[in-house]
Amino acid sequence: MSITINKDLCIGCGRCSEICPGTLIELTEQHKAIMIYPRDCWGCASCLKECPTGAVSFFLGPDMGGRGAVMHAKKTGSITQWIITKADGIPVVLETDSRAANKY
Amino acid sequence: MENLEIKYLSTDILIAGGGTAGCYAALKLAEKATKHIMIVEKANIKRSGCLAAGVNALNAYITKGRTPDFYVDYAERDAEGIARGDLLLTMSERLNECAADLEKLGLVILKNADGSYAERGTRNIKINGENIKPILAVAVYERPNIKVYNHVNIIDFIVVGNRIYGAAAVDVHKPILYIIKASAVLCATGGAAGLYRPNNPGFSRHKMWYPPFNTGAGMAAGMRNGAEMTTLEMRFIALRCKDTIAPTGTIAQGVGAKQINSYGEVYETKYGISTPNRLYGTVVENAAGKGPCFLKTVGISDEQELDLKKAYLNMAPSQTLKWIEQGSPQERNVEIEGTEPYIVGGHAAAGFWISTDRHTTIRGLFAAGDTAGGCPQKYVTGAMAEADIAAMGIMEYLSSAADNKTEIDYHKYGEQYKQQEEHFLNVADKEFCVQDLEEAMQKIMDDYAGGIKTGYKYNEAGLSIAGKEIDKLCLLTDELPARSMHELTFIHELKDRLYICRFLIEHLKARKETRWHSFAENADYPDKDDVFKEYINSRIEDGEIKIIHRPIVKRGVRYEHNYQ
Repeated sequence: MSITINKDLCIGCGRCSEICPGTLIELTEQHKAIMIYPRDCWGCASCLKECPTGAVSFFLGPDMGGRGAVMHAKKTGSITQWIITKADGIPVVLETDSRAANKY
Repeated sequence: MENLEIKYLSTDILIAGGGTAGCYAALKLAEKATKHIMIVEKANIKRSGCLAAGVNALNAYITKGRTPDFYVDYAERDAEGIARGDLLLTMSERLNECAADLEKLGLVILKNADGSYAERGTRNIKINGENIKPILAVAVYERPNIKVYNHVNIIDFIVVGNRIYGAAAVDVHKPILYIIKASAVLCATGGAAGLYRPNNPGFSRHKMWYPPFNTGAGMAAGMRNGAEMTTLEMRFIALRCKDTIAPTGTIAQGVGAKQINSYGEVYETKYGISTPNRLYGTVVENAAGKGPCFLKTVGISDEQELDLKKAYLNMAPSQTLKWIEQGSPQERNVEIEGTEPYIVGGHAAAGFWISTDRHTTIRGLFAAGDTAGGCPQKYVTGAMAEADIAAMGIMEYLSSAADNKTEIDYHKYGEQYKQQEEHFLNVADKEFCVQDLEEAMQKIMDDYAGGIKTGYKYNEAGLSIAGKEIDKLCLLTDELPARSMHELTFIHELKDRLYICRFLIEHLKARKETRWHSFAENADYPDKDDVFKEYINSRIEDGEIKIIHRPIVKRGVRYEHNYQ
């Protein structure tokens, strides 16, 4: 599991690069973020939550069952929308609210 | 020729590692005094350490009608007696205060109608733990006397005459070497992951339980400088959801899912419900050909399924993605497996041998959280409680013992570390790189020191091979080339892991019994032997690892080191 960054959506703000706990993301001279060590990602999704434009895609590696689905996150206030697009193109949207505790 | 610039920094108290324990210690110190506090963090304190993704619950809490002794009883029982009563009790007495502190800082805790916290089991409360690190980071930045250095990696402690004088660090991006002068140091760098071959050794090799970026740096720095360590042989192995290595407790406790084998038999009751035995049962069922094993979730309600998916987004989002991609828990039971072993003082009891006030055997060096040994089951609130106790210990140390310090020449250390680090930046390319040696280390540990491959079992013959092979790899690391500052960090991470492996192997050899299934499954001695109801400690002496046997310390005792 790892991430990819969409160059067209990336605005080069550097937030993902700053936040990654493994320091795995760098900014190019063209001010675009790139994942330089895709095999070293822990899957914490910090970059996903930091990105203001939804440029970061989170996916499961094929070795852990990934078959083409990707996840994006969109944060508005306390609400995070998690948009999961399966290989067949059908999106599933889940919402979490940072003001709400886990029931479990 | 790549040159490093040397920057000399000075502070009263240095905190190595800005995870949960490090940040909370800084806050407590800032409350208590006007001293200068410096956090040095390899990543960024907003999302570094174990809680980067979040956490499912506060799992160390004294619930209604129970006492701190109830928690100590539990932790001692789970550790089969190899835990420090003094450390567990002083921690347990502060757990609820730490939870209340987190709530004041902004953590959402589920409440009952009467305003009390909603409990999850007998020792846990329900929260939204997605943002504990951002909450702590905001509080840290509000304190003017805390200075934070993000993306700076501590590579060694400066110790003279068994007393700490500061640390050496390198910037993860820029060619800068830092020599940090400090009167006291708190080691809060976390435990060690990545010693053994992981569950997913290919593309997803870092999809592990513990942060793969926690490489035991502070523990290794302490070990090199002669600190006494304890109970490294009590490895922690987590029972997790297969592939995603996501937590199982939320499913087991949340929807009451039982552990079943592929015949549908509930097996968890056969092996006992201690932390090691829950894992061990799964290992045995698999070995008997009754696997794969699962948490029985088929048949849960729509509402339960949605709540599970949301709970995992708040701590392990890959599990939710997997459910959506591969089939929901309503349709498919959740397959479970054991992880590779880790060295960690927050779940098991491996780490620095400390006094009751969390002082290591090196004067002025304190430990809290996953680096502090003898105090298992501390989790988030316990790591915070320990940070608070260490903060008090540091204040006391600074007001009394620190005046015995002699002046040292920091420039001498600056030049010494500059030479050492520039060597890696300028050495010629080799046939192998850091990654190759890391994989070799993980293979050796997996094959000969009780990894996943052998069902966590090991014996003396295998351990001896492991020791010799790890020694050979240690020698090779001195000639590894670093093509960037980031690669220089990778070299240090590997060196630290190898050093910890070497100590771990001696600890595994020294406990000639099997007290905890899987965590320390000694095939030469498959039974528990109460001759070993003692701590196995270790320390480097004249370049050799010396094993020290110490008697059990009970609760109520105030344990202090006998400094010579």
